[in-house]
Amino acid sequence: MIRVQAEAFDAGAELNAFSNTAAGAGAIVSFTGVVRDVTGGLSGMEIEHYEGMTEKALTAIRADAMQRWALADALVIHRFGRLEVGEVIMMVATASKHRKDAFEAAEFLMDYLKSRAPFWKKEITSDGADWVASKDEDEDALSRW
Amino acid sequence: MQVLYFAWVRERIGVPREEIETSAATVNDLVAELRAREERYDAAFADTSALRVALDQELAEFDAPLSGVREVAFFPPMTGG
Repeated sequence: MIRVQAEAFDAGAELNAFSNTAAGAGAIVSFTGVVRDVTGGLSGMEIEHYEGMTEKALTAIRADAMQRWALADALVIHRFGRLEVGEVIMMVATASKHRKDAFEAAEFLMDYLKSRAPFWKKEITSDGADWVASKDEDEDALSRW
Repeated sequence: MQVLYFAWVRERIGVPREEIETSAATVNDLVAELRAREERYDAAFADTSALRVALDQELAEFDAPLSGVREVAFFPPMTGG
């Protein structure tokens, strides 16, 4: 399942629900992304997205992961709009028979949604607001798959 | 066709989307047309290597043909996750 939403969500509850429905999967891996204030002075984040294309891109990335690894299921939830420091931005979860598939697929999902899903982050500080620049290493990360 | 802008491209051009009448054959041709219009487009499209383009919601290259395309979107590299 993929979900794109403005509303906050409980990553723990989502993970429990996902684990319960992934019947027969002995390995569940999850990643949760949180707004963090690395440099100091960050008051929040504004995430813009391309409605329509976002859902298509996430569906395609998830389908790709399901095809490359032996997964029972994969979950992607990504928020947009205004987020405060400490809030959950997104999560991915994967379920498989063995841990290798679940770990690798979760990393693949993260790598792809970082630079192939149409989201743009803007950091809001006391000095103003700035668009987050993409990193070369994020683009490079795709080449290993 | 509908032309959409996101993130700083949207801010620089000043609108999130607009209907544009064009006979441009490729994305590059459309960019050239827009740049010739007004300074704000010229500024936004000054360096297309810093931009990405999607045609009907699929990522594409700047030399891609526009025939049959209904929606073109311009935006900076994505920063999801």
